[in-house]
Amino acid sequence: MIYLKLDHIDKSFTRGNATTEVLKDINLSIGEGEYVSIIGHSGCGKSTLLNIVAGLTRATVGGVLLENREVNSPGPDRAVVFQNHSLLPWLTVYENVRLGVDKVFRSSKTSIERDQWVMHNLNLVQMAHARDKRPAEISGGMKQRVGIARALAMEPKVLLLDEPFGALDALTRAHLQDSVMALHQKLGNTILMITHDVDEAVLLSDRIVMMTNGPSATIGEVLEVPLARPRNRLELATNANYLKCRQRVLEFLYERHRFVEAA
Amino acid sequence: MNMPLMKTETIAARPTAAVVTLAPPQRPRAEDLMKMARAAAVRIVPPLVVLVLLGVIWELLCRRAGSALPPPSKVFKDTKELIFDPFFDRGGIDKGLFWHLSASLKRVAFGFSLAAVGGVALGTLVGQSVWAMRGLDPIFQVLRTIPPLAWLPLSLAAFRDGQPSAIFVIFITSIWPIIINTAVGIRNIPQDYRNVAAVLQLNPLEFFWKVMIPAAAPYIFTGLRIGIGLSWLAIIAAEMLIGGVGIGFFIWDAWNSSHISEIILALFYVGIVGFVLDRLIAGVAMIVTRGTAQS
Repeated sequence: MIYLKLDHIDKSFTRGNATTEVLKDINLSIGEGEYVSIIGHSGCGKSTLLNIVAGLTRATVGGVLLENREVNSPGPDRAVVFQNHSLLPWLTVYENVRLGVDKVFRSSKTSIERDQWVMHNLNLVQMAHARDKRPAEISGGMKQRVGIARALAMEPKVLLLDEPFGALDALTRAHLQDSVMALHQKLGNTILMITHDVDEAVLLSDRIVMMTNGPSATIGEVLEVPLARPRNRLELATNANYLKCRQRVLEFLYERHRFVEAA
Repeated sequence: MNMPLMKTETIAARPTAAVVTLAPPQRPRAEDLMKMARAAAVRIVPPLVVLVLLGVIWELLCRRAGSALPPPSKVFKDTKELIFDPFFDRGGIDKGLFWHLSASLKRVAFGFSLAAVGGVALGTLVGQSVWAMRGLDPIFQVLRTIPPLAWLPLSLAAFRDGQPSAIFVIFITSIWPIIINTAVGIRNIPQDYRNVAAVLQLNPLEFFWKVMIPAAAPYIFTGLRIGIGLSWLAIIAAEMLIGGVGIGFFIWDAWNSSHISEIILALFYVGIVGFVLDRLIAGVAMIVTRGTAQS
């Protein structure tokens, strides 16, 4: 059953007379509840692709179908967790989440229900204790947790993660990856994640989409990750399937599609 | 320091409490007091020393017979009445300094409020729309260089009355820095915040109140601070020309009747009020933008 479909997406940017084709003929179908990662070297247009799915950028050709309906403008059904958290610094943790909740559930939930829903989502990411803190007063990992809570609280059909752990130190990152895995297990969200971290991709995903280098980047290979959930990073370290997947992605990125500095 | 005392009083005043064991009023520890006194002294003593020094130099310079300006001792003697009774009102323009200052402040309040509302609105338009910027920015850049008083004859011709003309001069003087700073603030809103707003599907009005204004607040307040300073500069000059009640005309009137001491006193007041106005806006800015600091 296809839930989210990326249909023949091309994207080119025109500046003056010069036209650069960034993405070419991207086709991808994602099932409900699936966790799909997109991996590629920097500059291959993976963030552009996520922005197209989010509706923040329009595709030049082709489009995005969600439940067989075309989506071409941003909306809370495709909530984004941004790389740099993008919390509004003048609002508290609670107010940041509440802003989205008030917008999405304006007519369907009462004020009290919305308050409970905000706290429920803050509890999911273990951030309820910091509800009255401002983003500047909490750590990078905590901010990202709040960013995830804000996205989850909109009850999105698809959760879009744009290198969500990229700006974090290794230990915090591992901790947060486990949290995201647990949330995915519990809530069964459909997740599309951009990453450049091979271990992260293999650990979290059901499928890994590998992008070729730009310009005119496209999907080079899609790898199924045959690992049962729930997954444990310590056990996986010696798991043959895990190592094989990891090897496949590394080969793709560093042998067949090496990063070209000049590009 | 009064807090513990007040607390005990309220407890004692409660009629229902039969037995109240009063905690001994907590005395602020001597060390704390010393620390606070020292911190205050560090800020207050140096300007005080300089002030006294300047006063002495002034006194020495202007003491000689036949000097053009009065020494501070004579200024004080001449203006004692004005200093100690700022509230007298003998009709016409023969009023205490309080009435002159409040008349000037009222004009500034009117003109500056109009400029703040108009400036933020126009600044938002220019900052948000490329076409509005292309169309309006060059015009603003030329208009803002026109000195405040150059507008006065034109506004007198248009309004045929001193009061609205003075308010218009304040408005037209203080609006430019507000427009320009607001526009820069709006243009500098990070794309991330715009993306967040887009994903949340905030409508333009919600976007304006919940994202634009808070995000641009530090810039807007910079504009407001420059604006209030300029309007205080402009009102004095404008009042000298339009006459009536107001600190500007008070100075001009004192000059015409050769009351040099009164001019000096008025200048003190003008300086202090200008300073207070600036601090006021800065204080509001501190409160409003406390959360806007980037993390």
